[in-house]
Amino acid sequence: MKITRLAWVAMAAAALIFSGCTSTEKRDSGGAAKVVEGGSASVAGAGDSAAAAGAGAQTAAMGLGGVWSGSPLDNPDSLLASRKVYFDFDRSEIRSEFAAVLRAHADYLISNRSINVTIEGHCDERGSREYNVGLGERRAAAVQNFLEAEGVDHTQINTISYGEERPQDPGHDESAWALNRRGVLVY
Amino acid sequence: MHSRKFLILLLLFTGAARADLLIEITKGVEGSLPIAVVPFGFAGEKGEPAINVGDVISSDLGRSGRFKPLPVGDMLSRPTRSKQVDFRDWRAVNVENLVIGEVQPNGPGGYLVKFRLYDVFRGEQITGFSIPTTSRDLRSTAHQIADIVYETLTGEPGAFNTRIAYITSFRKKIGTDRDGTNLYSEKVHLRVADADGYNPQTIVSSEEPLMSPAWSPDGRRIAYVSFERSKPSIWVQEVFTGRREKLTSFKGINGAPAWSPDGQQLALTLSKDGNPDIFVMDLRRRTLRALTRHSAIDTEPAWSPDGKQIVFTSDRGGRPQIYRVSVRGGNPERITFEGKYNARASYAADGRHLTMVTRLNGDYRIGVLDTKNDQLRILSDGVLDESPSFAPNGSMIIYATRANGKGVLAAVSTDGRVKQRLALQAGDVREPAWSPYHQKERK
Repeated sequence: MKITRLAWVAMAAAALIFSGCTSTEKRDSGGAAKVVEGGSASVAGAGDSAAAAGAGAQTAAMGLGGVWSGSPLDNPDSLLASRKVYFDFDRSEIRSEFAAVLRAHADYLISNRSINVTIEGHCDERGSREYNVGLGERRAAAVQNFLEAEGVDHTQINTISYGEERPQDPGHDESAWALNRRGVLVY
Repeated sequence: MHSRKFLILLLLFTGAARADLLIEITKGVEGSLPIAVVPFGFAGEKGEPAINVGDVISSDLGRSGRFKPLPVGDMLSRPTRSKQVDFRDWRAVNVENLVIGEVQPNGPGGYLVKFRLYDVFRGEQITGFSIPTTSRDLRSTAHQIADIVYETLTGEPGAFNTRIAYITSFRKKIGTDRDGTNLYSEKVHLRVADADGYNPQTIVSSEEPLMSPAWSPDGRRIAYVSFERSKPSIWVQEVFTGRREKLTSFKGINGAPAWSPDGQQLALTLSKDGNPDIFVMDLRRRTLRALTRHSAIDTEPAWSPDGKQIVFTSDRGGRPQIYRVSVRGGNPERITFEGKYNARASYAADGRHLTMVTRLNGDYRIGVLDTKNDQLRILSDGVLDESPSFAPNGSMIIYATRANGKGVLAAVSTDGRVKQRLALQAGDVREPAWSPYHQKERK
């Protein structure tokens, strides 16, 4: 069931009231949450890498009359709420069903030139790992090219390929693989 | 009879030599040599080592598939010194070769390991050594003896006294994204263990991916890819000190490191110029040179043993295939034609055979290509087998496969006759890399 816009605003407001200061947990909206932001690896069994706590609060403003006035990125009814595009096996072409979502992101980035986006490219687990890193980069580049063709400035876009290292679904069947062949926009 | 499964549980009571690999010989071998390795004696009053050298040797030889060790319970006598040997006891159970020995105290924390190898039918000693060691290096000494026995009886050098590097990952569900997707946290470790799975040591841990471990030819360093700080970089780390250095961190892909046989250069994949190409870095001068320039994906370089050629994966023909190029540059030449998918090739020490991942009817298998006659032989039978790596003596290939929903390591003899599985008890294990010879040093 879809949550109404008004209810969502109320929830956001409640969250704001009760949480006071929440820590930011940057999500790649993919296989893993980046709990450690800017965390480093620990070496030579020196122990677990310290979990660097994210700082700062996450806020959404409540507008008058139930109109969303927080960041459009947080509006669940906006196409911008969709941050993923999926790919066919061994392919990197943008499927037509994802054009509308990517156009919405392009429009948003064009009207917000100070906002940057990182595009992650991911693969399913089949095939060799380093080749998949290459394939993931090709997928991220396909998303990047789409956005740039729509007019987004290239300085607003970063790309990174995780290959098959960060599956969205840890399963080993076609339904999992379909979810893992993806591009993810991370703001 | 070949379906007989040997299950050798390598579990030990001491913390120091904890094994978390389980070794299973999944396929028997015809014509393996019947041998007996008697548990070694201890010639001291106190300070008996926690491991029995004879047991370690016996496990090594059994794992190789070339030998069939006699179970201790079937031994009619258990000599530890030469004058106690009665060859009739061994002829009676059809053993062709016999290994006996004992461990003597040798100063504080030290031991002297004596062993003898006999030809049972001739009734004579073939070889025998006395090796000084320490309690810490006792397993290593046992592997050395297994190497000597293996080489003496097969004519080929053994690879028991070597190590493997691999990646282990632990994933934990930590919540759900707003679109209902499960979110996971991950702990990734780069580990090094003895070739029999003992003494696993974590040398790097991260919460972001670690990939593509590659041993330097002297076995003292490992190059790998780390995504720490959400960016792929190539690092080189000293195995024994943990000291490490970031080698490359260009925009885009920094991947697939591979050492030249002389250790002076590193081949790698960079996409800093727009798409993945193979580069060669001079490690002393830190200079980079592009070896390929193509709009396709070029990656996974590997050196020929003579250091003159590099093979790599490229989809310049539409699908990933293996290409070969001179280290000096020039036109790459395609060398795989069977199958629609061939990737991650690497050479055996003979410079003639290449192991690679090959797709067969939708499954990903480990293959060996004989470059003399272009014959590709499939050695594994999994669905998602990957990351094959030759033992330094070329006798076996270790690779990653899946069993019971987990990533595990497996090994297969290069002739395809002997298979074994090395299963970690926890986590997903992947990307094994077999070390070169002679790199046993612990500080």
